[in-house]
Amino acid sequence: MSARIGVVTFPGSLDDRDAQRAVRLAGAEPVALWHRDQDLHQVDAVVLPGGFSYGDYLRCGAISRFSPVMDSVIEQARAGMPVLGICNGFQVLCESHLLPGALTRNDSLHFVCRDQRLRIENTGTAWTSAYVPNAEITVPLKNGEGRFVADEHTLDQLEAEGRVVARYLDVNPNGSYRDIAGISNAAGNVVGLMPHPEHAIEPLTGPGTEGLGFFASILKQLVSA
Amino acid sequence: MTLDTVKHATGTPEAEQPWAALGLKADEYARIREILGRRPTGAELAMYSVMWSEHCSYKSSKVHLKQFGEKAPASDAMLVGIGENAGVVDVGQGYAVTFKIESHNHPSYIEPYQGAATGIGGIVRDILAMGARPVAVMDPLRFGAPDHPDTRRVLPGIVAGIGGYGNCLGLPNIGGEVVFDSCYQGNPLVNALCVGVMKHEDIHLAQASGAGNKVILYGARTGGDGIGGVSVLASETFDATGPAKRPAVQVGDPFQEKLLIECTLEVFAEKLVLGIQDLGGAGLSCATSELASAGSGGMRVELDSVPLRDATLSPEEILMSESQERMCAIVEPEKVARFLEICEKWDVIATVIGEVTEGERLEIFWHGEQIVDVPPRSVAHDGPTYQRPFARPSWQDALQADAPTAERLKRPASGEELRATVLQLAGSPNQADKSWITSQYDRYVLGNTVLSTPEDSGMVRIDEETNLGVAVATDGNGRYAKLDPYTGAQLALAEAYRNVAATGAKPLAVSDCLNFGSPEDPDVMWQFAEATRGLADACQILGTPVTGGNVSLYNQTGDVAIHPTPVVAVLGVIDDVNRRTPIGFAEEGQLVYLLGDTADEFGGSAWAQVAHDHLGGLPPKLDLERERLLAEVLIAGSRDGMVDAAHDLSDGGLAQALAESCLRGGKGVRLVVPDGLNAFTFLFSESAGRAVVSVPRSEELRFTEMCGVRGLPATRVGVVDGDSIDLQGHFTLPLAELREAHTGVIEALLG
Repeated sequence: MSARIGVVTFPGSLDDRDAQRAVRLAGAEPVALWHRDQDLHQVDAVVLPGGFSYGDYLRCGAISRFSPVMDSVIEQARAGMPVLGICNGFQVLCESHLLPGALTRNDSLHFVCRDQRLRIENTGTAWTSAYVPNAEITVPLKNGEGRFVADEHTLDQLEAEGRVVARYLDVNPNGSYRDIAGISNAAGNVVGLMPHPEHAIEPLTGPGTEGLGFFASILKQLVSA
Repeated sequence: MTLDTVKHATGTPEAEQPWAALGLKADEYARIREILGRRPTGAELAMYSVMWSEHCSYKSSKVHLKQFGEKAPASDAMLVGIGENAGVVDVGQGYAVTFKIESHNHPSYIEPYQGAATGIGGIVRDILAMGARPVAVMDPLRFGAPDHPDTRRVLPGIVAGIGGYGNCLGLPNIGGEVVFDSCYQGNPLVNALCVGVMKHEDIHLAQASGAGNKVILYGARTGGDGIGGVSVLASETFDATGPAKRPAVQVGDPFQEKLLIECTLEVFAEKLVLGIQDLGGAGLSCATSELASAGSGGMRVELDSVPLRDATLSPEEILMSESQERMCAIVEPEKVARFLEICEKWDVIATVIGEVTEGERLEIFWHGEQIVDVPPRSVAHDGPTYQRPFARPSWQDALQADAPTAERLKRPASGEELRATVLQLAGSPNQADKSWITSQYDRYVLGNTVLSTPEDSGMVRIDEETNLGVAVATDGNGRYAKLDPYTGAQLALAEAYRNVAATGAKPLAVSDCLNFGSPEDPDVMWQFAEATRGLADACQILGTPVTGGNVSLYNQTGDVAIHPTPVVAVLGVIDDVNRRTPIGFAEEGQLVYLLGDTADEFGGSAWAQVAHDHLGGLPPKLDLERERLLAEVLIAGSRDGMVDAAHDLSDGGLAQALAESCLRGGKGVRLVVPDGLNAFTFLFSESAGRAVVSVPRSEELRFTEMCGVRGLPATRVGVVDGDSIDLQGHFTLPLAELREAHTGVIEALLG
């Protein structure tokens, strides 16, 4: 039986079908989860996709965090289920307090869409184990509010515990503190990432296939578990 | 205030009515009274005034637009033609594609962010209303001088609005244009295109049939925004002394539109919809009258059931409101419950506001009292038609006589001068890299974007199994059209057609956005008449029918009109997107061929503009049969793997095309000037019907034989090599230096 990976659709989710495609191409079975439904349908892991859930009104991710599905996701994540939040999903994870810090307006004040180089600095998480340590990859980045911020103490703690999962290379596209592109929780099962690995899974439609590793990682973990 | 009911109107024939303030002319008002046999009620007057406005009725342009139908080439691909929300084209494998380009010029000048944002919203709903899933958008934009202070207000706002709305909607922005010219100062052009995909059997039309079927209004609540927007704004010239018109601009909510898309696609999928219309310009007036006039029977609407944002709105305001993100569907009674359930799932407000009736009247009630009783066709389709006078402008001959000859404009001759000119062009705002703008748009969402800016056309995959795809390019050149509107319009078509073919797709159909000045000026009307005639003639020869589009008139401030600017979008199909041809030269050693003939043609050229700020003479000559042949060769070259990169030649000529291909692919090129040409003409001429391609050495013979057999001139001009553009015997220009000149230009001006 192949691994079942849920992809949540909130009203305003945009990259949900793309995340499902990435799950499928990695060899797992994508399962569509609906924001109003608390039932996670026995999935083994969950992806919170990119987009503008609830229009990003009030604050990015602030409303989604209170949707019924998130009650279950938060509970399961605390119990160890792997969860990947991409872009808006990362924002939802921060609002849910599954991850520390916050994502604020890009320092350029503009939305930015670019092919971004990253370094994968922690290959010990559920979502990055398929990468070699310090792998340098290129995946699309597209956000208006992607600037990761946290207090110095939190940043130091993230660094000390190796929880900086990915860091921007060449250009810091949004003013994120310490060039942070993605982080994990202490257990390593919850990862938030601003860039979009689900858009780098086919050479035809992305800058390459170097994003596939996130989905291959989770599959590897679930199959070997 | 007493309600102006039909009964009241009948009893008070002499009541003063504000027809002039609503933009109607005296004879139009008299015609309404004649149709109704009495004076219109306030609500009826509101409906007629918006629907008979220039923007909605095409009253000045339709006598010319009918050529697009009369001269339409026979095409097996056309499934739905002009007149519906958008045309629909068969692209094979059971798929149909719909696409359309529209303008949102006037609102975007007044309120750049919202004007541009709602331009995207409107065109996306048009595509959705055909039954299609919107899959991509594009934005051809034109601004005033790049260094003018107002451009700093208008451009960033428009770009942010397009990004803010389109990104939040989840549609990739795959192309478009950005052009600067002082003629657009005060009248920026914001055109928006959307492409949608469906299966043949999913095509929906705007019609209301079957007495007893329900009329459902769904989406956003109706508010006071955009009241009379199209009629007031887009149908009048900006008057420097008039009051601010900002309240007439609509305000968009892309989140609501995203929900509307998903909700609508779900009600389509369950076959719950008989007819559908989006609410755009003229709001409910338009949707109810168009639905009723296109179907059989009449329609009865209870206007007080419309959900409102502002409870104080009058019935007239509700009918005229252009609040965004609304749709109107005709649904059989037994399917209403399921329809409402799906709307509820998506948190979309849906309300039954009326039903289709046996009669032939559109009747609207307000708290039980009848305020509208009209033949719907008289509102939607029987608006006035003007035969506006037109005449070749008195200045046209002098303009054409002012040709950019070598005597008139000094041309670069030495290697150093030629090199400097290449750099000057590549770094001029119109030719410079536009990524400061396009990087504010999401080009990846939906995961099917195969090509996007700065490629020759935007291309999306529409089937992940078979790799079927579509390509779209938009082009327009106001400078050419000013010199000769007939040929200028044809050149815009030819360029878009060539751009689609250069990426390997077969051009199928056209949508056009005709941006002109005031139709009340005979000079402008002549430009319009010439441009439409030229476009219709060229579509006939190229075999690409016009499927729909939009006319934007009154793009002028005071007496000064913009350059006539027909923007043409061409849609093509490609069987396997893996075979697409990019512009970048990426393989060292490949041979560079120039296809087509190069002549001394500089009228309206980028060189004349950049080097001499000159506009005069004639635009390049156009041979449409040659364009067709070139396209065939480009498509065959792509399909059969003979061509690895291709780039059409247009503004800035070969020099600009090579600069873009080299920078995109990261490889240089070593060139020689072919016999019979001087270096200046070789580099900068804008002769039409040309492209530059890179051919693998192993394919050279096959490629040149194909060109020879088909009769297309193909001249080997160089080889992909090194990291500079090296024109032997003239100059060497390192790519690093070229890149420095080409990038950061827009950011420096506007960032």
